[in-house]
Amino acid sequence: MSQIGSTGRRGEAPRRDPGEKDDSGARARQAAPALAALGVSKRFGVVRALDDVTLNVRAGEVLALVGENGAGKSTLVRIFEGVYRPDQGTLAAGGVQQTLRSPADAHALGIRVIHQEPDIVPDLTIAENLFLGDFRRIGGLFLDRADLGRRTRSLLAEFDLENDLSPWTRAGDLSPAQRQLMEIMRALRRGVKVLALDEPTSSLTEDEAQRLFRVVRRLRDDGVGVIYISHRMREVRDLADRIAVLRDGRLVDERPTVQFPEAEIVQAMVGRPIADLYERGSRARGRTALSVQSLTTKRVRDVSFDVRSGEVVGLAGLMGAGRSELAEAIFGHDRTLAGSVAVDGRPVRLRSPADAIAAGIGFAPEDRKSQALLLLRSVKDNISLAIPDLISRFDFINDGAERRIAGALVDRLRIRTPSLDALVANLSGGNQQKVVLGRWLARRPKVLILDEPTRGVDVGAKAEIYRLIAELAREGIALLVISSEMPELLGLADRILVMAGGRIVAEMPREEASEERILSLAMADNLTQRATAAAQ
Amino acid sequence: MTDLKMERVANATDHPVRRSGLGGIIERVGTHNFSLLIALAALIAIFGFLRPDVFFLLRNILNIGQAIAILGILATAQTIVIISGGLDISVGAVVGLSTVCIALAVGWTGSPLLSILFGVAVGAIAGIVNGLIITVGRINAVIATLGTMAVFRGVAFIISNGQSISIFDPAFRFIGDGKIFGVPVTILVLVMVVAIFFVLMRFTVTGRNIYAIGGNPVVARLAGLNVRAYQIGIYTLSGATAGLAGMLLAARTGSGQPISGSEGLELEAITAAVLGGCALTGGKGTIIGGLLGVLIIGVLDNGLILTSVPTFFQMVAKGVLLIAAVIIAEQQARRYG
Repeated sequence: MSQIGSTGRRGEAPRRDPGEKDDSGARARQAAPALAALGVSKRFGVVRALDDVTLNVRAGEVLALVGENGAGKSTLVRIFEGVYRPDQGTLAAGGVQQTLRSPADAHALGIRVIHQEPDIVPDLTIAENLFLGDFRRIGGLFLDRADLGRRTRSLLAEFDLENDLSPWTRAGDLSPAQRQLMEIMRALRRGVKVLALDEPTSSLTEDEAQRLFRVVRRLRDDGVGVIYISHRMREVRDLADRIAVLRDGRLVDERPTVQFPEAEIVQAMVGRPIADLYERGSRARGRTALSVQSLTTKRVRDVSFDVRSGEVVGLAGLMGAGRSELAEAIFGHDRTLAGSVAVDGRPVRLRSPADAIAAGIGFAPEDRKSQALLLLRSVKDNISLAIPDLISRFDFINDGAERRIAGALVDRLRIRTPSLDALVANLSGGNQQKVVLGRWLARRPKVLILDEPTRGVDVGAKAEIYRLIAELAREGIALLVISSEMPELLGLADRILVMAGGRIVAEMPREEASEERILSLAMADNLTQRATAAAQ
Repeated sequence: MTDLKMERVANATDHPVRRSGLGGIIERVGTHNFSLLIALAALIAIFGFLRPDVFFLLRNILNIGQAIAILGILATAQTIVIISGGLDISVGAVVGLSTVCIALAVGWTGSPLLSILFGVAVGAIAGIVNGLIITVGRINAVIATLGTMAVFRGVAFIISNGQSISIFDPAFRFIGDGKIFGVPVTILVLVMVVAIFFVLMRFTVTGRNIYAIGGNPVVARLAGLNVRAYQIGIYTLSGATAGLAGMLLAARTGSGQPISGSEGLELEAITAAVLGGCALTGGKGTIIGGLLGVLIIGVLDNGLILTSVPTFFQMVAKGVLLIAAVIIAEQQARRYG
């Protein structure tokens, strides 16, 4: 396999870099950071997004940029990318001061940003996407397909993907992870010195994330300066050589990873010590509140388990293991083929979510924006959506009653909103999630199913949601929590169920659970399944 | 839930804070409706200036009201359909079918009241058919109602043998040309229907849920709403309202005509709703907005006639108005969206 170069353009003859002038300059650049922000400030109206930030990334290192939502990470990356121009301060690339007027300027300097949503043309092939705008022609007219395929295959080979992907695969058929890799290939092809990745693993499976990490490490070894933005503490600590923490637009701390313990990172992000993320204490467990018997749908196979009132049960598993599908089946959103669900011993008919709600089940789905929230309606309307009976008489809404109920929940959940009439779309991720929780708490449910309750939520709001889950359990609600963040599950749950291939493959009390054990159980079944599939 | 002592973090007061002055008015009316009001005022000023002798006469104002009554009823119903994320293109055909059914029923029964109920019921049945095709058949609303439009129109021709059926009953004709306390009955019907729809969409859980379904049907379902039942109900309402509009038309013309309601009535209703701030993607729009849209079309029609603009140019003017309105709405959406 050929090595991944940093400065040379991939898939074609090397070309002199536009900024390269003479040898002495090149030597000076080796010592100077690949990219530096010098006293950069940026305001949006009254909001100070960045305040006098001085930060650099050197060639051949991974710099992690962490901070809560709104801390200024994205603004800084957009300045590096030439989308925003700083109000004060300057940028320097390779020791030379630069003014970036547009992303094209940044690209010319070899600065590339990989966004969460890669911009690809889904109906074009991988090859066409990679080389769009750079097709070679035969006779100045016809596409040189052989050349396009050759160049694409050599790029795929650099990522060990030549056996997995054909250059002629439709880009729209790729998984999110593959699209991301394609985006990185595109950056490489055009020559990259500084690569910024904005929350690249948020939609990747564990496997895919590992593959991405390998690519990132290789890029670093080849001399690329990598800026890595992520909420996930573990991968930041695994991957980064240096960690910089932003808070309220300021650089509050910056240290080599080895000298930066996790607790201190979190403290720097939040600005106060978080004593204990997970509240614990003895909880009185009551009778069985939720009972699932041999539940089977298209994606869930013969699942049985109980959750007692006051108990938090964690549902672990890899992406695609059927966890969300199980939750949707219990909630009546998916057609049940066999099995039954009972709440407090009474069977629940599962024709629609309305049945589940009537039985006392609440469900906060994984994708808040497309499944839980009416983004263009107010906080109040979103909270009261599932309690029409409590806020109306003869179908007429009692505005006072509605505001009392919604207001009480806003206070209790500490939802930060300018008013009850503010649009949900304008709240932060954490506050949006609290609005969803508020909707179900208004119903006083017996069972609450939370699917990835802290996805896209910053550390401060995470701690509040954890506290809330513990509190709800103390009040006697039975909670089923799905999470892909292992520490979260281990911290929250009294008992953990591991799912794989649509089945529950293991069950263990928290005391016996560990990340390694859960992961191996979740993946082992994958392997046996693949083996059986191969044998058939 | 047990109440924990918690500081009040948010400024979530039990009652909304209402601003006073112009800002407060705009806030209460809504920015889009406010710009519609300005557009309406501008049109009135222009035509009032050009024809001060006629435009402000009570007779002319009542004329405008009568001219927009049918469209107003259809457009506000269409507003509800569009808010729910749907579209009903069949309403014009249902109007025609309703006029024929009412004319036939008057002949059979001699009772205007029974005949009107029959016409509205036929409209409601047509609406149920639409609703079932869209929900149970899972057919796109545009395609479904485009198909039923042809079917309903065909049925109207079949049962009338393609003939216009005259209505002589004076009590029924009173609806078309009579006045109560000096106000034409058609305008009273319009005001009643709009008032009911306004209350429905503004003050009831049902209305709130219609917004929810149009905003995101998955969210609505996961919050426990029976989305299909709502959709069937909404199309039934739309059909019944078209039946009522058919009553007004039959009373005005004194006949049931299978061809009536075919001159682009459904498109004008959709135009008015969109002009009134409805998003065709659903979840957005107001009854008042729909009514303002109708008023603008009505004043424009009336003013163009008063100022002797040739008919063909009137069509051009209306088309230009629609496109201009959509452009303005798009820009607003971009600014606030």
